[in-house]
Amino acid sequence: SAGSAMAAGGRSWFRALALGVSFLKCLLIPAYYSTDFEVHRNWLAITHNLPLSQWYYEATSEWTLDYPPFFAWFEYALSHVAKYFDPKMLVIENLNYTSRAAVLFQRFSVIFTDILFIYAVRECCRCVNGKRSAKDILEKPTFILAVLLLWNFGLLIVDHIHFQYNGFLFGLMLLSAARLCQKRYLEGALLFAVLLHFKHIYIYVAPAYGVYLLRSYCFTANHADGSLKWRSFSLLHVTLLGLIVCLVSALSLGPFIVLGQLHQVISRLFPFKRGLCHAYWAPNFWALYNAMDKALTILGLKCNFLDPTKIPKASMTGGLVQEFQHTVLPSVTPLATLICTLISILPSVFCLWFKPQGPRGFLQCLVLCALSSFMFGWHVHEKAILLAILPLSLLSVQRAKDAGIYLILTTTGHFSLFPLLFTPPELPIKILLMLLFTVYSFSSLKSLFRRERPLLNWLETIYLAQLVPLEIFCEIIFPLTPWKWHFPFVPLLLTSVYCALGVAYAWLKLYVSVLTERISLKQKAE
Amino acid sequence: GAGKPPLYGDYEAQRHWQEVTYNLPIRQWYFNTSDNNLLYWGLDYPPLTAYHSFLCAYIAKLINPDWIALHTSRGYESQPHKLFMRTTVFVADLLIYVPAVILYCFSLKETSTKKKASICALCILLYPGLILIDHGHFQYPLSLGFALWGVLYLSYDWDLLGSVAFCLALNYKQMELYHSLPFFCYLLGKCFKKGVKGKGLVLLTKIAGTVVVSFAVCWLPFCTDMEQIMQVLRRLFPIDRGLFEACMFSSPPPRLANIWCSLSVLVKIKNMVSPQTQLKLSFAVTFLSVLPTCIKLTVQPSLRGFKFALVSCALSFFLFSFQVHEKSILLVSVPVCLIINEIPFMATWFLLVSTFSMLPLLLRDGLLLAYAVTTPAFLSVCVAAFSIFEKTSAEDLQLKPFSLSLKGYVSWFKSFPKIVRSLFLLSVTLMGVLSLMSAAVHPPQRFPDLFPVSVSVISCLHFVFFLVYFNVVVLWDSKNSRSQKKIS
Repeated sequence: SAGSAMAAGGRSWFRALALGVSFLKCLLIPAYYSTDFEVHRNWLAITHNLPLSQWYYEATSEWTLDYPPFFAWFEYALSHVAKYFDPKMLVIENLNYTSRAAVLFQRFSVIFTDILFIYAVRECCRCVNGKRSAKDILEKPTFILAVLLLWNFGLLIVDHIHFQYNGFLFGLMLLSAARLCQKRYLEGALLFAVLLHFKHIYIYVAPAYGVYLLRSYCFTANHADGSLKWRSFSLLHVTLLGLIVCLVSALSLGPFIVLGQLHQVISRLFPFKRGLCHAYWAPNFWALYNAMDKALTILGLKCNFLDPTKIPKASMTGGLVQEFQHTVLPSVTPLATLICTLISILPSVFCLWFKPQGPRGFLQCLVLCALSSFMFGWHVHEKAILLAILPLSLLSVQRAKDAGIYLILTTTGHFSLFPLLFTPPELPIKILLMLLFTVYSFSSLKSLFRRERPLLNWLETIYLAQLVPLEIFCEIIFPLTPWKWHFPFVPLLLTSVYCALGVAYAWLKLYVSVLTERISLKQKAE
Repeated sequence: GAGKPPLYGDYEAQRHWQEVTYNLPIRQWYFNTSDNNLLYWGLDYPPLTAYHSFLCAYIAKLINPDWIALHTSRGYESQPHKLFMRTTVFVADLLIYVPAVILYCFSLKETSTKKKASICALCILLYPGLILIDHGHFQYPLSLGFALWGVLYLSYDWDLLGSVAFCLALNYKQMELYHSLPFFCYLLGKCFKKGVKGKGLVLLTKIAGTVVVSFAVCWLPFCTDMEQIMQVLRRLFPIDRGLFEACMFSSPPPRLANIWCSLSVLVKIKNMVSPQTQLKLSFAVTFLSVLPTCIKLTVQPSLRGFKFALVSCALSFFLFSFQVHEKSILLVSVPVCLIINEIPFMATWFLLVSTFSMLPLLLRDGLLLAYAVTTPAFLSVCVAAFSIFEKTSAEDLQLKPFSLSLKGYVSWFKSFPKIVRSLFLLSVTLMGVLSLMSAAVHPPQRFPDLFPVSVSVISCLHFVFFLVYFNVVVLWDSKNSRSQKKIS
């Protein structure tokens, strides 16, 4: 239905969107880039010059290789193109080397690899069915979804300004999700396995994939009321899945197992020596926890409940990632965060197991896994919010309730990315792009669901509206006050705590909607 | 000109004007005093620019007084200051130019639906030349914005407001004189149409009064004595003997898409005639080239003719006058943007050529990447929005009346669309190749200026062709053709 309508109307609008955003990415080439640029340059140098056995041991630069082997192979392939642009950037000792050719090459490589993301978005658009087909192309759910994904503000600034290779990785994830929605399970599983070996952060959503594949693919049939038919267990399917996973892992980790370096690779991939929070707190539960701790500390000092000499001096937002203790509330260990994450994931996984709603249920579980891991994970980076925002876009164009949650999560999530770009020339860019994206997402989703209840209630609207004064305060007013020197972390603190509230609220609301939906369906069935 | 001492380019000029207008009293703004060295980016735009600089300086003072400190802030460049200056341009754009464009597109009769109007506005706003010069090279789009407001008001028949807007534009940059003739002729023609005695005369006096009053208001602080006014005029129009001859004898590097510069490649006119004769020759040629359109506009004032006349007069001035800056092509491009929905094909072609003609300037400013991205983006948006390749027939190019009168003489009009299309592709390919070569290849030793000269010569040829085309459209335009269009 949606696919045929799009084919009839021609692919021209999709091409126009993709071309337009690519032009925008080209214009962002001279913008500020972060240390991630040096990280990738270093990896290009390492993979180009050294043999495989030394890739995970090389430590000349502080930015050691900490992504799985497939990404290292990817950098290796890129390095062969890089040598035509500027061979000097491939020298390992050239720490912090930059040149116009190097910048051009790296930026173009990100723009080029985004082709995979564009393809994935097209596949996702095919999966989306609008409830009613609108005459105007601008109101079709597929068009809105394409814009929300292709022109996603967070992805644009993280990939094309801050500099990372998230585009094609999210392309792989969206493509695997699309394949699962199209019931091409093996392809989806293969793509996800490959993705895991590109960047292991996607292990956050692995439970959703695992449970869904097990439930819908390994058990090929359900009873009439939707519950599991244990007899329909298909050994063939299980072996195929296992084979795929093992094959991919063998391809990726095999050489390192043979060399006996598996331990080293694992230690590089999962560095637990880093602290609970990044220098800038990701807006998750631990940000609220830290803030509560600090507030109680100050309260305690004022009311003389605490002894000032016993309080450790380390400031959590001091800029270094180190171990630190909480003063009033109990300190948090990696194990504690793992347990919290697992507990928070369990309800959604159970829902997916007992009453799978097909692809939509899978997407809901995916988003919930990503959000829960974001909320409770150890040393979570605020960029990880994109892991939840992008799949939620797929759900947002189909149901009004999801659209409301999407608006809250996206706006606060994108706002929390602002501190990533702190240089003055990028200030107008990020504000303009954010405004454009937010205005578009609000207006298009509101017009798509105009026949239903309003998407946001008054409390949520006020919360989102307060982001504007917060931004003005943090970026414009605060640097002009004398407090800038005494309390330099105040804008970061305010931003992360305020956004943490929004993200936590969106998470809870999504969870409640998923659980109540199951319950209401169960009641309907009975 | 960022970071290029001793003269840092337009950016520094604007900053210096803020410094001068904020720190010195009005009486000294245009005079060469110990505090105000006119040779270092002296103020040479009319008073409105000075007031605008004063306003920006006031805001700058609130943020960081160092930016405009007298004498000590020369060549000041820092990230926050750049951000501030660029924000002032952006704000000026947003407040004056962008609303004018949007309102104009929505007021056109042809773009009836909201969607078509917004697409038209998008195409106009994406015009690379203005974006690159305003936000890259650095200048304020206020004069063009006010001129646009003038055209907008005139299209609603609010003549007085239109005159006020245009006077503001004129008082912001004296280059708007390029547009003054069409405004004058159109309003005069309107008065004549209403009858020389009675309503027409009343309108004429009202307009004249409005113009005088707006000028008086703008020049109020300078009206105290004659010397002030004379000095300002001297700064605006440097026709002093000494300055004039200095300009004439310093060989202007033949990098302008101007007739004289292109001709000077082939034949050294300087050596043939004296500077005075050159000046008289350029005046004469300019005057002769604008005469037909102006007469037509006065006799038959129509809004459409007015817009086309804006284009052709400005283009004539650009091609035939002396001491033209490359940026002046924008004075032609913005009126062309106004008629983009009437002749999308030719307008797009012209806008591409105008951006291309500024290539040497853009290269000097390091805007190559922005140029390479915005120009194809603009072309693709126009192709998608107006489907220009289907609108290349004689009728679409508004050449129907012309072709009708020529039918007896020329027989190749049948394949006219094809010829036009292939010419366009040839031209675009040529421009693309030349852009690439200018950016990537080093010129041979014997001709160090090869690429800028080729750019300007080619642009000049294109502009001459466009001049002929626009003049033809205006002169053969008649009420019949417009009624024919309504039927079809």
